[in-house]
Amino acid sequence: MIRVQLPAHLRTLARVDDEVLLDVKGEVTLGAVLDALEDRYPVLRGTIRDHVTHRRRPFVRFFACEQDLSHDPPHTPLPEAVIAAAEPLLVVGAMAGG
Amino acid sequence: MSGVRVLVGTRKGAFVLTSDGTRKNWEVSGPHFGGWEIYHLKGSPVDQNRIYASQSSGWFGQMVQRSNDGGRTWDAVGNKFVYEGTPGTHQWYDGTPHPWEFARVWHLEPSLTDPDTVYAGVEDAAMFRTTDGGQNWQELPGLRTHESGPKWQPGAGGLCLHTILIDPSNHERIFIAISAAGAFRTDDGGRTWRPINRGLKSQGIPNPNAEVGHCVHRIAMHRPKPRTLFMQKHWDVMRSDDAGDSWNEVSGNLPTDFGFAMDVHAHEPETVYVVPIKSDSEHFPPDGQLRVYRSRTGGNEWQALTKGLPQRDCYVNVLRDAMSVDSLDSCGVYFGTTGGQVYASADAGDTWAAIVHDLPAVLSVEVQTLQ
Repeated sequence: MIRVQLPAHLRTLARVDDEVLLDVKGEVTLGAVLDALEDRYPVLRGTIRDHVTHRRRPFVRFFACEQDLSHDPPHTPLPEAVIAAAEPLLVVGAMAGG
Repeated sequence: MSGVRVLVGTRKGAFVLTSDGTRKNWEVSGPHFGGWEIYHLKGSPVDQNRIYASQSSGWFGQMVQRSNDGGRTWDAVGNKFVYEGTPGTHQWYDGTPHPWEFARVWHLEPSLTDPDTVYAGVEDAAMFRTTDGGQNWQELPGLRTHESGPKWQPGAGGLCLHTILIDPSNHERIFIAISAAGAFRTDDGGRTWRPINRGLKSQGIPNPNAEVGHCVHRIAMHRPKPRTLFMQKHWDVMRSDDAGDSWNEVSGNLPTDFGFAMDVHAHEPETVYVVPIKSDSEHFPPDGQLRVYRSRTGGNEWQALTKGLPQRDCYVNVLRDAMSVDSLDSCGVYFGTTGGQVYASADAGDTWAAIVHDLPAVLSVEVQTLQ
């Protein structure tokens, strides 16, 4: 299982209180995790990445294991610790409060 | 007993204000969708419990929420707004071409006959429609692809389609307004559109009398008399008696004819309300006095309405979608401010009282008259 931490507003939309656990088929890449997340919670489609192009929204970032994965291509495998569920993938709203 | 439900969109959530027909005591519900910008909420005219809300955020984009119980509970519906075909370009602020990019839904206008059909006015300017209660949205591309589209340019708030008025006597006729392109009308249900800006004069564009390029802030209609329209333009208050084919200025004795919000009395087609704002850079009332102006003559002759409104040190704005009326026998008038107040008058504007004082900045106010 892959652990994903969502920002508060997306947890509200998905109606979850805590980390999301996802069963990801095949290679565990950033794109595959986002596919699995959107399959499980369709309400999140369009909130993290564009509906059509699948480009990350500009004010959303992806962190894991103290690394910024935001600019990695979608087919990049996630760190071993994330694959082993020792660490979560963090979906983060950029610090740009308004 | 009849009552009133006021739907308030703010910078940080939605609020639902409810009262009985006396409009003296109010229940406040909210914030709904706290932390999100709620540009607009509106109820279906044929199902008062069906309400749609535009929820957006710089982080997470656009959501549309739907309530089937008068705003007590909400469900997210479709949020996929994709322009038909390959979007072209419009003008950017500096006059260079800029690609059409979806930003948010500014206005949701439910059908007059079907609670599942809703029109959405969006930024960058285009019109979308759902016929399944908001699950799926399709663009009506005839508007955005109008031959004048490449000349449209954004106003300070963006290239936004902010006003949608459906003609109650002919549902194929719809009026819309875009900042800063102008007003447009369709007579075939949204397939084709034409600019309706004859008579408008705008400084700040190369040809002040141009067919498009005008920063129309708001259009309002008295529903039983849909060929008469009133317009609050960037500067100038205008009137049309031929469904927008031509316009005449009716600013008359207003202290300033800049402003955003406007509406028409529910029962008196010649009674119109505006909130004059000092200027395009000074977005607050003249002299620090918040005054609604009412004309009972369809324009030109305006009376300041001040009783119950702050008359000193008031520097709020009233945005374009933040005024509405109810249809009770004594017409109620409502508006919200960027200071977070929502004011109500149960006597057509003669006296005012704040329903709430301290909401986040108010973006929109819509009223449902409950049966």
